[in-house]
Amino acid sequence: MTTRNADRTNSIGLSYADYKGRPSTLCKGCGHDSISSQIISVAYELSIKPHEIIKLSGIGCSSKSPAYFLGRSHGFNALHGRMPSVGTGALVANHTLHAIGVSGDGDTASIGMGQFKHLMRRNVRMVYIVENNGVYGLTKGQFSATADLGQQLKYAGKNDFPAEDLCIEAIVAGCGFVARSFSGDPKQVRELLKAALSHNGTAMLDIISPCVTFNNADDSTKSYSWGKENEAPLHDINFVPKMEEIIIGDYEPGDIRQVEMHDGSIIQLHKLEEDYDPTDRMGALHRLEWARQQNEFITGLVYYDPSRSSLADVSNLGRTPLAHLPEEKLRPSREALAEVMERFI
Amino acid sequence: MHVMEADLLQATPLAQEQLSDGREPIVNDFSIVVATANGTGSQTSNLTLLRALFKMGIPVNGKNIFPSNIQGLPTWYHIRVSHEGFVARRQTSEVLVAFNEATVEEDIATLPPDGICIYSADWRNVPLRDDITNYAIPVNQFLREAGVKGKIRDYIANMVYVGAVSQLLDIELDKIEEALSFHFGRRQKLVDQNMGIVRMAYDWTAENIEKSDPYRVEPLAQTDNQMLITGNEAAALGSIFGGVTVAAWYPITPSTSLIDALISHLPKLRRDPETGEETCVVLQAEDELAAAGMIMGAGWAGARAMTATSGPGLSLMAEFAGLGYFAEIPAVIWDIQRVGPSTGLPTRTGQGDITFAYYLGHGDTKNIILFPATVAECFEFGTTSFNLAEELQTPVLVLSDLDLGMNTWMTKPFDYPQEELKRGKVLSAEDVEEKGFFRYQDIDGDGIGYRTLPGNEHPKGAWFARGTGHNELAVYSERPEDWAENMDRLNRKFDTARKLVPQPVTDHNPLAEIGIIAVGTTLFPIEEARTRLSEKDMETSFMRLRALPINKEVRDFVERHDRIYVIEMNRDGQLHAILQTEMPDLATRLLSIAYLDGMPLTARWIVEAIENKELSE
Repeated sequence: MTTRNADRTNSIGLSYADYKGRPSTLCKGCGHDSISSQIISVAYELSIKPHEIIKLSGIGCSSKSPAYFLGRSHGFNALHGRMPSVGTGALVANHTLHAIGVSGDGDTASIGMGQFKHLMRRNVRMVYIVENNGVYGLTKGQFSATADLGQQLKYAGKNDFPAEDLCIEAIVAGCGFVARSFSGDPKQVRELLKAALSHNGTAMLDIISPCVTFNNADDSTKSYSWGKENEAPLHDINFVPKMEEIIIGDYEPGDIRQVEMHDGSIIQLHKLEEDYDPTDRMGALHRLEWARQQNEFITGLVYYDPSRSSLADVSNLGRTPLAHLPEEKLRPSREALAEVMERFI
Repeated sequence: MHVMEADLLQATPLAQEQLSDGREPIVNDFSIVVATANGTGSQTSNLTLLRALFKMGIPVNGKNIFPSNIQGLPTWYHIRVSHEGFVARRQTSEVLVAFNEATVEEDIATLPPDGICIYSADWRNVPLRDDITNYAIPVNQFLREAGVKGKIRDYIANMVYVGAVSQLLDIELDKIEEALSFHFGRRQKLVDQNMGIVRMAYDWTAENIEKSDPYRVEPLAQTDNQMLITGNEAAALGSIFGGVTVAAWYPITPSTSLIDALISHLPKLRRDPETGEETCVVLQAEDELAAAGMIMGAGWAGARAMTATSGPGLSLMAEFAGLGYFAEIPAVIWDIQRVGPSTGLPTRTGQGDITFAYYLGHGDTKNIILFPATVAECFEFGTTSFNLAEELQTPVLVLSDLDLGMNTWMTKPFDYPQEELKRGKVLSAEDVEEKGFFRYQDIDGDGIGYRTLPGNEHPKGAWFARGTGHNELAVYSERPEDWAENMDRLNRKFDTARKLVPQPVTDHNPLAEIGIIAVGTTLFPIEEARTRLSEKDMETSFMRLRALPINKEVRDFVERHDRIYVIEMNRDGQLHAILQTEMPDLATRLLSIAYLDGMPLTARWIVEAIENKELSE
């Protein structure tokens, strides 16, 4: 469990405070701040070296949040909807880094849909969090593309268009780690984040994260109260890092589905209402579509496929990042130039 | 071809062309234009002629005037031979190879009196002129005799004119064979097959055609130790020797061949021979916007990152360029200029992106621009651009153009780069421990802060790159003083750049009242025009800018002359306007000569334009 005791340190000697960022400037009670604090907890608990993480974001309320966690990590607050390309370039330049990208529903589902899809198509190793609240906050409450069809808001009026389902979009684009969660369910967010950080490819977390100012009425599917009442986890999820003893806990062995990850870590999925198989792509798409039709708020690891190679894998990179190659690796020899010139004469 | 405004400007032919009376031989001083249909493989034939002439020691330049089309539309290839070594486009070509029935009428109309027309004898109703020499070649007969059928028919047919032209102009057949060998590499069968047709046409022409025109070539020794290469291939090689580690791009004419060349040369030059690992990754992005984002991310993380694009792509990169300027991220953008606005003329050349590139980005933005004029400079700037980007921590734009990038130019083999790879002010964890880390503080007074790379292990080594207002520690700030001070520092950095960028190349003529300022490939027609003007006792000085921003040297040059003509290939005189803004007190000395129709400028047009301007002064 997370501790706030300042004297406690993790296995690399860092305190919880060492993973904090600057004070948040988001509204009090914003779901995004809850997600930031889960990122801090996870990094602390997993004893992540802050310098091995890069934080990336686009533009919007969500995209401000990387300033509010992991203050010892490099960060890049990029352009609206364009964080995926910046992350792609950064992770090719230095494939030894782990990236946490934070986006929002406006940043991803509208202006950034193209880059979002291509990030997953390339399978860039990045945890891509969508802090999804169905509205544009900084511009005062317009509908985003994830808002429900027919929703009424005081400022924006009626939403005439259907909602994008980012989990469906991610699966279709080739993403191998697709999860949906709720910022009001911190334990699930934490476990998903931990597993996502071990995934060798893009891990997409669509986290419903209520906007307390513009979209938190009880009848909104992006509100705290609706989320708390309606969240239907597909499973209890438990992440067991590599090298840690695997404990089954209070569950019957038959109720547990274990998935081994690329780095040897294990995701334990404890069966709840149904025996959901997140490794079945067709099944995942079917389940998401069914949930959409029934207005069900399913959460958990919706789809998992570790088999695809990441962009770094297919780029045939060495151990040293491109960014740190010495000059002798960057500039071919005099003889090499002479040989090329010979071919033109 | 339609008549261009430039043609209307020419009142009198130049001295060298007045010499031609139709009977005296004209040796190594004329142009050939080959008219064919796009996608028929004529490029192989044209490059064969070009290379054979080059191998005879004759200075040449080839310009492909091609359509935005895969197959069928007309295309023209211009070859200039010049014993004086001039390589600029000429207004008219004396030798026409009319191998496109669809354009034969207008092609023949472009010939000067005494010109020659080589055309297919298989066509009917060719509108021949009686003031030119006409040679009809029975193309179908050769194809029948050679038993050529099917798909390769068009390709082989184009070898017929190689043979006929060689015989008529005295191009040596063994040089043709050498050129074909160069083109086909070790595929001797293809060399033999093509050579068979060339010889057949050559022999037929010798037996059946009585030459009655003055044009021919003679071997010279002016291309010894030279090679032929396109600017884009030179830029790719330059970037490889300049240490590129990430290239992200989206296909767009005329920049595509730069990345194609990069991809083809990387395995040999930059794949680690021991481990097989790559030391440069090429990413084909989903659009130019993403390509720009990728090089920003890569540059931030410590890569030497580049993209290559053209006008429409540069438009999409504008927002990222502004971010790069403001967050101070190194990156290199090659803009192989074509003709805009919008899709414009995608296969024609111009210099219309100067203003856009210089100010690319909204708000108070100014960018470093490099202007290569030669293939050697394309190679050289491969290193220079990355060094400047990393030293100045900012996007650097390299403005080439279609003519330089895609056409074939003579050059000496490139020298090994003298400039070492400069990585700029990057702090290691030890440096941070020793000196501390204040991202945007102007510690050295040159406007350039120190940066760290992601992965820096020092607890105080991280910083947050952002496009939002920030203070010296890269922390979000809306304080008016922070904004203004930061923008002032960026201006100081731009002043530092004035000293670091490649300096102009100046030919100062003490007798000259007038000077010329230009950038890029207008160098070639300007050099030729200056020779012609000098023959008419009009002396000129010439300064070729190789970069923006300018420095005092440019100012001094302007001050030393009464009038400065700023010559460029766009409508509004973009460089002229920038120079006026930079030197408002000298603005009235700067006169604009600007024109763009998609074709490279010619010496004749420049001579006329300067003479007309001088008359009105």
